[in-house]
Amino acid sequence: MSDWVEACAAGDIDEEDVMRFDHGGRTFAIYRSPDDEYFATDGLCSHEKVHLAEGLVMDDIIECPKHNGRFNYKTGDARGAPVCVNLKTYPVKVDAGKVLIQVG
Amino acid sequence: MVIIGAGECGGRAALALRDLGYEGPVTLVGDEPHLPYERPPLSKEAMTSEAPAIKAIASDELLAECSIRRSHSVRAVAIDRAEHVVRLSDGSSLAYDKLLLATGSVPRKLPMPGLGPRCVYLRTFNDALAIRAHLSPQNRVAVIGGGFIGLELAAAARKLGATVTVIEAQPRILMRGVPAEIAEIIHKAHEAEGVTILTGRGIAAIADDGAEVRIELAEGQGIGADLAVIGIGAMPVTALAAEAGLAIDNGIAVDGMLRTDDPDIFAAGDCCSFPLAIYGGRRVRLEAWRNAQEQGALAAKNMLGANEAHAAVPWFWSDQYGLTLQIAGLSDEGRSTVRRDLDDGAFILFHLAEDGRLVAASGIGPGNAVARDIRLAEMLIAKRATPAPEALGSQAVKLKSLLAA
Repeated sequence: MSDWVEACAAGDIDEEDVMRFDHGGRTFAIYRSPDDEYFATDGLCSHEKVHLAEGLVMDDIIECPKHNGRFNYKTGDARGAPVCVNLKTYPVKVDAGKVLIQVG
Repeated sequence: MVIIGAGECGGRAALALRDLGYEGPVTLVGDEPHLPYERPPLSKEAMTSEAPAIKAIASDELLAECSIRRSHSVRAVAIDRAEHVVRLSDGSSLAYDKLLLATGSVPRKLPMPGLGPRCVYLRTFNDALAIRAHLSPQNRVAVIGGGFIGLELAAAARKLGATVTVIEAQPRILMRGVPAEIAEIIHKAHEAEGVTILTGRGIAAIADDGAEVRIELAEGQGIGADLAVIGIGAMPVTALAAEAGLAIDNGIAVDGMLRTDDPDIFAAGDCCSFPLAIYGGRRVRLEAWRNAQEQGALAAKNMLGANEAHAAVPWFWSDQYGLTLQIAGLSDEGRSTVRRDLDDGAFILFHLAEDGRLVAASGIGPGNAVARDIRLAEMLIAKRATPAPEALGSQAVKLKSLLAA
């Protein structure tokens, strides 16, 4: 369970933005919130498997670039049509300027 | 609550009624045998995937869990407004307190003699399956109409190896709602993939003997095809409403809260025309997936008495080959345009009104290259923002920063 993986440098992601991270054949999305906290979810939208990292982050919400499905990236909760399946979230920590995620 | 039409709009409305806490009976009436499903894939993935399947908006389990009664393969044939009853084609009746008409649209028919079994339209999943059966390397497909449906279908047909000719009567493809600069990119993409596009060409005659379709163009050229797919627009389904005496104006006429002139009857989605608040109440009818969704949800709210007005910005998209087109707003509201170039050849055209207000944005590029900026543009349009043209045109200026201004 303690498989923390280095994803990027803390400065690689702007505040209120998102970045794609691929690891071990899986894809994740890593977020930096407007209040400078980091979060991680599955990288693909639960509606049509689109990379969420190409979408727009507004406050706590990531919007899918394809059909505007919305999720709270802090909790993974789907926020209405067309998405109804929540995103899986992953623990994130920042250590010595590096963003680490526990891909588990 | 009774909802007529079990597509995107009706399906979303039924689910929204439950989301909003309504506990009374909800019946969803649809003339197709399927669960409510998403139509956008019908001209895209459903055509090219190995085993096409409907993309259901709600499963049987979810409908059961929500106690939504689904009445399928049946049509509503009359509304008795005095009695608050809808009569169905199987002879049964449904009583309603509030009724939502989400009857959608149907393909506009080509008004010509000579059409036969190999001249088809695309609206339903069953239509898509029938068309798909003809898309193979040995077949020639003629697409009549260079709009979204026809072009997406042309792309799918090419992907499956068919020989494809698109015939468009207008001087260019995508005349309605898409700027020429963007239509040209799509035109070239099709040609690069081997599609023949004939623009400005009327059709003089069609003959379909069941084995082949012969299309004679006005200028004399003849085209032979194994299948002719006609995609020349859509017509709102209004007969039920008209026969019930409701006002019709390019669709079932509703107010900003999606109410017809009967306070207990609402209409939403492709079938209705409504005043678009962001353009000063200009009456429009939208044939778009997101509009169907949003209006379905809004109608559900207002059926429960919310009295909330429609405020959304129209939004459309199309996928062809690796390109995605996204448009927020209606570009014909604009008087001038500003171009913003993005990475990978993607670009966005911002459409500004005379007073400098941003009224629409049209973008095209590979994958989702334009998605974020179009979404931000949509928010700027909703805010009635008047961003500086230089800022819109410069990739160095983040659109998000304009939103905060």
